[in-house]
This record gives sequence, structure tokens and C-alpha cells, in this order.
Amino acid sequence: MSISGVAKRIEAYAGRPNELIQALQLVQEELGYVPAEVQGQIADTLGVSIGQVHGVVTFYHLFRTRPAGRHTIRLCLGTACHVLGADRILTALEKQLCVPVGGTTEDGLFTLDVVRCLGTCSLAPVMMIDEDVHGRLTPERVFAILETYATSKEEPG
Amino acid sequence: MSRREVLVCSGTACRSAGAMEVHRRLSDLIVEYGLGDEAVLTETGCAGPCSQGPLLRVMPDDVLYTQVRPEDAEEIVRDHLMGGRVVCRLLWEGHESLSSIPFFSHQKKSVLANSGVIDPDRIEAYEANGGYEALRRVLTAMSPEAIIEAVEASGLRGRGGAGFPTGRKWRFTSDAPGEPKYVVCNADEGDPGAFMDRAILEGDPHAVIEGMTIAARAIGAERGFIYVRAEYPLAIQRLEAAVVQACDRGWLGRDIQGTGFGFQIDLRIGAGAFVCGEETALLASIEGRRGVPRSRPPFPAQSGLYGRPTLINNVETFANVRTIFRDGPEAYSAIGTESSKGTKVFALAGQIRNTGLVEVPIGTTLRQLVFDIGGGVLEGRELKAIQIGGPSGGCLPAELLDVPIDYESLGEHGAIMGSGGVIVLDDTACMVNVARYFLDFTASESCGKCVPCRVGIPTMRDILVRITEGEGTFEDLDRLEELAELVKSTSLCGLGQTAPNPVVSTLRYFKGEYVAHIEDRICPSGVCQALAPPYTIDPEACKACDQCAKVCPTDAARGTPGEPPYVIDEALCIRCGACFKACPFGAVARVVRR
Repeated sequence: MSISGVAKRIEAYAGRPNELIQALQLVQEELGYVPAEVQGQIADTLGVSIGQVHGVVTFYHLFRTRPAGRHTIRLCLGTACHVLGADRILTALEKQLCVPVGGTTEDGLFTLDVVRCLGTCSLAPVMMIDEDVHGRLTPERVFAILETYATSKEEPG
Repeated sequence: MSRREVLVCSGTACRSAGAMEVHRRLSDLIVEYGLGDEAVLTETGCAGPCSQGPLLRVMPDDVLYTQVRPEDAEEIVRDHLMGGRVVCRLLWEGHESLSSIPFFSHQKKSVLANSGVIDPDRIEAYEANGGYEALRRVLTAMSPEAIIEAVEASGLRGRGGAGFPTGRKWRFTSDAPGEPKYVVCNADEGDPGAFMDRAILEGDPHAVIEGMTIAARAIGAERGFIYVRAEYPLAIQRLEAAVVQACDRGWLGRDIQGTGFGFQIDLRIGAGAFVCGEETALLASIEGRRGVPRSRPPFPAQSGLYGRPTLINNVETFANVRTIFRDGPEAYSAIGTESSKGTKVFALAGQIRNTGLVEVPIGTTLRQLVFDIGGGVLEGRELKAIQIGGPSGGCLPAELLDVPIDYESLGEHGAIMGSGGVIVLDDTACMVNVARYFLDFTASESCGKCVPCRVGIPTMRDILVRITEGEGTFEDLDRLEELAELVKSTSLCGLGQTAPNPVVSTLRYFKGEYVAHIEDRICPSGVCQALAPPYTIDPEACKACDQCAKVCPTDAARGTPGEPPYVIDEALCIRCGACFKACPFGAVARVVRR
């Protein structure tokens, strides 16, 4: 969806400042991030200050202010994952994708994020790619999993 | 041939292990063999032992199959469903009936009774198991006052962590002046290591809806919210479906079951902020603001959502409610200890054999939980500590295994019940590193409102970093204790007040590890890279196979193939452990200096 298309859908939240987070979630779902210009439109439409919108966007981890790749990787850094070697998985991911945490690969295929806990501790170490959970990771398995996304899931994002 | 039902666990863990592929294969085979009338496939929520997934349970025989792969499906269909013969190779340690498996036989499932048994996407299945009967009874035969009295009499306490008496909370909200009133379900399960709320929402969402509706009747609310974290897409999907079904069947809506009482539930999806698990921060987030806690009083019961009286309970608390009205408050309070009633769900994870979700009467000991149910630590390892209660909790040593798990006993020993996350740590874990890990967590999740939390936690964290890097001093330990007290006593909300707990409890029970890091410059478990002892090769055991030299990234392991022994150059060794893992003869070990 285009930025102007999203702006239209925000109209549904006109004058409803209490639904700021839902409006932002809608934008992020459609565009993959919340561009600065849309933040301004949301402020005007909902009747809140731009400062408040920006404050909320930067407070919550899930909002992005830059475009994300086609697939978002979220590596869990919860306690169980930590004691079972999440740091090695992180190193493997950074090395394989050649991006630091928060970065997007040059081909736009993957964005690498870390999260505090995915609540799938029984499968530690764990990561989510989009909405799929991948557990019991080893550096070797990470490479194989990334490969399946790079090749077989090439449908337009 | 008798009619059988195959329960396919489709919780997140089993899905990730391939449960849906198994389901598809079974479904195809049932059609292929024309078993439509004799075999039913049911997708259920989490059945418990996640480490054994994908799980299948065949009823009414009550046979549990573990680690099932799609290629096992044919044998299950032909031998068991058609032939009535159990497929022994897929049983858990040979147990032919689920009830004889130790993982299950030591549990008491009440809140989780439906999870892993019924299809969470079908309200009919919930109703057929006695679902919404409690709500019907409450609406037709009980006054709001009687409902609150029953919850008070049950002794139920909040399952989110603090353990506040639920009945009292309901009474405060009921008595508070102001209209309208709200019921809020806290499903922002943020504690790392806790996943019981996720499993309840995925496996039995109607139990939460029923509990909330009973609460709404008790306090006189017409509107409710479930605040669920975005990291749980399956839970969100099941909840959304459950709310729609409950409306269709008249268990939610303007006029519930023709009683004239109306209650509606909306979902609010979190946006990733740990602090939103704190109730005032959660309310701010529902109102579309930054999730920053405020001081209490006024408590949400007096002034909550939009300044109105608001009842906030956690998922597991609401899921307990229907049991109180189904079995009666006396039966409910017959389980548990003097001060803590009922059962509690725990999430077992970490360095333990059986990971997953378990439910036991409150007052069960840690030993029963970790060994009888959890199967203990992995082969060849020793239990070092049990981390309970997440970043607000503490690390208890193996000597305290016989402590009963209830709110007071855990508190006495420096941990908390918390939401019930239990991370088992074996002798490969470094307790200083664990303390540092938790402070990293709370430092990055502090909302920044209170200076002691915003500045104090990172300061403590920096001290721990120094210690783990070999630059710590004994003054640092005093400083840590001072700061812990300061942050604890001067922060506004639970996040800051409890953030020092992992440090305090590891200093209390594992001071020797801190001393080893500071005095001997050694990390005894080898986790802290800078302080890990180097590796060495036992010349007697070395067979000069060259495996260690092949994997060594710094050429520290050297020798001539076929001419033992190989040696490791201590100056070049980066303590990565690659040689240790590669050696087929167990010849590589850490240098022990102490």
C-alpha cells in the first residue's frame, strides 16, 4: 500500500487520540515502518501533538522509523536462550547477513532484530522469522533456515 | 473398530517442531483409508512437555506419542487406529498410558485441564467440557456481592507476580465510586522465561473470557480489554476467534443469555515494552500513550482506565475463576498451603531435561518440580541454581531444593513466585554472567521516569561488566549492595523496585563465584571469555587425530598427525571451546588453577 493510501485509512481514527497506538500499528502493518511524514498526518488526524506521536513511536520497540526488509528476523534474548547460547546465534546471524542488529540486508530481504523474550523458552535458543518460530537453533541450522527464506519464499512482499 | 480421537498438540512449540506437517499427513491417511467415521483429528493447545514435541495423544486409550514425524503417521494409522496396537517406539520411555508418565502423574491440572485436550477454536468443545456453566450459574443465581464473597473465600491470589488477594481487589473496584467501570486482562507476559499465559490463551481462550465476564458481573462493568503482546500472534488469533464465537453464542454482548446483563471485550495489542506489564503503564498504553507507570495511590481500582474504577487481573488469575464457581470456594481452597491456595502453572526451561508447561498445587517443592516432573538436569551435569520469577526474581541454589513454592517461602529466600517462569541452570552457567544478563534486560527496559532506575541499574550493570571482564574489585561488591538498596527503595514501580533482586540473590548464594572473578581472575564455569581458563590436552589421552588443530581458529592447538601428544599454546588460546567439542577422545579439558 502507498503512503497516501495509508493516510486515507488513518481517517478512521479521526479525533480519537486514545487509539494512537492502533493507528500506528495499522501504518506499520501496511508499510513495514512508520515514516516521519505519516507521523505528522497521524498527529493532525487524531488531534494530538507531533511530539506525542514521536514519543510513542520511539518508546515501543516494535515501531520502526525506517523501512524493513521483506522478512523480519527476531532473535530471542530471553533467559533460557541466553544460557543456551543465543549470543552465538546472534554472531552467526550478523556474520551471515553482514548487518548489525537493527540493520537490513543490502538486497532488502532480511531485517535483523532482537527481542527480549518470545515466550517459547522450551525451544531455546529461538528466533521468529515473520510469524514462524524456529527453535533449538545452532549456528549451522541458522544458515539452512535463512537459505529457505532466500530461495523458496520469493513471493512479492 | 472403536472410534478414536487423535489430539494433535498445535501449541507454538509443537508447531515449530513440525506438528502441522504431521497433522496434514494424518488427515490425508484418514481419508485414504476411509476412516472418516472411526477416527477424528483434533487440534489442541499446548499439552505440556514441549521438549517431546510434536505430540499426539490418542483417545480414549490415552496413549501419548512423542517426537512424531510425518513419516510415522502411516504406522500410527495402520497399527493403532485400525489395528488397535500401540506403536511402542513412539512412546515416552515406554509408558503406554499418559497417566503413568512421571511428567504428568506429579501434576494437578486445573487451569490447564482443557489445554491439550479440546480444540480451542471451537466454542462447542469448551461448552461440552462444562465451559460457561460457571458464568450461567453466576448470572442466574448469584448477586454481585455473593460472587465477590466466593472469590474472597477461595483464597485466590493474583498470578501475575505480586500475589494480591483477588477477592479483595474485586471488592475495592466494586466499592469504588464512578461509572463506567472496566475489566482489564493483563496478557502482556513479558518476563523472560514465562510462557504460561501464552499457553492458556492459545489452548483455552474461553476460560479467560468466562473469568473476565464473571468479574464484570461482580464489579458492574460493561466493557473489558485484553492487552496482549504482539509477540504472540497465535494467541491473538485464537482470542479474536473466541471473542467472536462467545458473542455469537450469547456469552458476550449486550444481553448475555437473556439475563439483561451486558459485557463486551476488545483486544489491545502491545507494541513491545516490558514495563507495560506494570498495571498503570499498561493502562497508559491502552489509552494510546507511552507506557510510563505512575505513582499509586490512587490504585486502578479507584482511578484506572480513563480515570474510572478498573479491575486488572492477569490471564492465569482469570482462568482460575471458573474453577471457583464450578467446584465451589471450599473445594478450591482445599488445594495449596495455608496462605496460598489453588494450583500454579510453571514454565520449565533452561538446562533441564523436560522443558514445558506444568501445573502443581501451590506448596509443591522445587525438587518435585525440577526433578520429579522436569526430569532434572542433562546427563553428566549438576544442578547449580534455579532462577525463578524472571528479572524481578532471584537465583536459588541447589541446597534450597526442598523449599515449598509459595509466595511467602520464596520471598523469604530472596526470590519471588512472579508469573512462574523457572529457568534451571547447571554447572556450565556463570552466576555473575546471569546477574549481568538480567541487569542488561532491566536497564534497557526501564522507562526512564525515575532516576534511581534509569541511572542506578546501568551503573550496577557496568560494575558487573567490569567484574566479568576481570577488572572488578572487592569495593565493587559493597557498591553493588549499596546501589541495590538504593534502587530498590527509591524506584516508583515494580520494575525498578525488583531489578536488583538477581544481583542480591546471586551475591547471597554464589558469592564464591564473584570472589573467583575478582581475586583469582577466573570464571569457574568458563562463560566469561576474558576470565575463562585456557584449554589443555591430556598427553595420555591424545591420539594425535588432528581434530583439535582443524577447528582451532587461532592455531593454538598444534601437533603432528599420528604423533601424540598435541599441545595448546596458552597465549594464543581464546577459550572458544572448539577443540573441547571436537576431541573424540575427551583429551581436551580446561586448566584448573584453583
